[in-house]
Amino acid sequence: MSNPSGIPVPNAASDAPTTLDVQRIREDFPALHQQVNGKPLVYLDSAATTQKPLSVIQAVRQYYEKDNSNVHRGVHTLSARATESYETARIKVQRFINAADAREIIFVRGATEGINLVANSYGRKHIRAGDELLITAMEHHSNIVPWQLLCEEKDAHLRVAPINERGEVVLESYEKLITDRTKLVAITYISNSLGTINPVKEMIELAHRRRVPVLVDGAQAGPHLPLDVQEIGCDFLVVSGHKMYAPTGIGALYGKLELLESMPPYQGGGEMIQSVTFEKTTYNDVPHKFEAGTPNIADAVGFGAAIDYLNALGMQAIAAHEDDLVRCAIAALSAIPGLRFIGTARDRAAVVSFTIENIHPHDIGTILDQEGIAIRTGHHCSQPVMDRFGVPATSRASFGLYNTHAEIDSLVAGIYKAKELFSLE
Amino acid sequence: MSDLRELYQELIVDHHKNPRNFRKLEVSSHHAVGNNPICGDRITVHLLIKDDAVEDIAFEGTGCAICTASASVMTETVKGRHLWEVESLFDRFHDVVTGSPDEAPDTSGLGKLAAFAGVREFPMRVKCATLAWHTMHAAIEKKNEPVTTE
Repeated sequence: MSNPSGIPVPNAASDAPTTLDVQRIREDFPALHQQVNGKPLVYLDSAATTQKPLSVIQAVRQYYEKDNSNVHRGVHTLSARATESYETARIKVQRFINAADAREIIFVRGATEGINLVANSYGRKHIRAGDELLITAMEHHSNIVPWQLLCEEKDAHLRVAPINERGEVVLESYEKLITDRTKLVAITYISNSLGTINPVKEMIELAHRRRVPVLVDGAQAGPHLPLDVQEIGCDFLVVSGHKMYAPTGIGALYGKLELLESMPPYQGGGEMIQSVTFEKTTYNDVPHKFEAGTPNIADAVGFGAAIDYLNALGMQAIAAHEDDLVRCAIAALSAIPGLRFIGTARDRAAVVSFTIENIHPHDIGTILDQEGIAIRTGHHCSQPVMDRFGVPATSRASFGLYNTHAEIDSLVAGIYKAKELFSLE
Repeated sequence: MSDLRELYQELIVDHHKNPRNFRKLEVSSHHAVGNNPICGDRITVHLLIKDDAVEDIAFEGTGCAICTASASVMTETVKGRHLWEVESLFDRFHDVVTGSPDEAPDTSGLGKLAAFAGVREFPMRVKCATLAWHTMHAAIEKKNEPVTTE
């Protein structure tokens, strides 16, 4: 049942172009065309959330204007249309990450909810006192805290694979930390604070040798590189739509079918049941077993439209463009005296974290904002990473498919302005 | 640049670079820790209070320029003052940094504290300017749990 509703879905990835026409692409993003503090917006915060193309905004609007209804409920035309749109979006996600079966895609609010679902369902069923869970030292809080809560409840232990000075996982240590006590590994594909791309395929193989399932946090990878869950072999993967040019409040959890089928429900309610009496309830099949209540249909449709948009451009071309941007940014920023990169992994995505000597990131953020430049400053929900590098916070510029070299020049000019403002000799 | 210079006045940049009373007190009667989790500011304020007056005050920690300069100027301003004066200064300082950007702030008699009037143009930075004051207030009230701006 790879296509349960028999709806034809275009497979756009194959004949996508190999380079991006960024100036034309920018026309698709209304939010990019505005002045901030009297300056043209330079949006360098796509790792926090991406701007949305018109096709996504229109898909959500069209859903509400024409198709709005509840899914899997009624026999009337609108309900059928809503169901078809929603299930088509599921197939789009399935194909985008190359899952074998559409039932392996569960719609959630975002990567965070996906991880919490696995922790609460798979984790509470399988983790016992004395067991261990393994994460890395570069995880986002969303891939730390759900496991801590689980460990607290089950009297299990959270182990952390260390990272080196470059911000790369120390693979030898990671391998040694996988023992007979390890019951689950949860690792990020791309670090949101360091930009590191982890060798997830190799890390998954190491875990699988000891029969330990692996969850991959794909929140940063989804918008940046071609995802292929069968190629990397992960057992679970989570993505957030809003980091992939889709609306907020929608994301997906991928899980291997046999795992999902063996897991208890996460939340109870409508949609997730087959029959209910006061004595006994039988649950619906996956994925519906994990989608209690009326789902976020409109934003799932928007998610599907975002995937169409990404496919039309081609993930290879997007990755190449963002690689070019990050190389250019590193070269340009390297020339600034007193600038220190936090995270210098050899394999990295379009995220650049840095500190400037004697200027706090928060001040840099305010000064750049006055120049219309949006970057993220703070701990990026990765306080352990900040502690590892001995900084309270960093400035982070992150790039999306719509960013240009000229915007990197603006960033550099803005940083020089901050330095000028802070020089008092 | 003019708005920015309004925020990052020379006095503020100076106090950020060379914070006054930036140390731990050898003898203190009150202290508290303040946290601004959004940007990672974390400071500790130490006080020596005698006869309801601030005999000595100092602070430690890391923070942005607004936070550090505010703590520095605060320690200079309140040293030697009665606690009731300190509380009234806090009220007035709070009004100065949180007031409407469309209205002229009343900074009469506030001395160096008036330099922070530019903060009202930057609502995202109000917490930076007030962290030290909230922390000092908590220390005086003898609250033991860390103060957070959240």
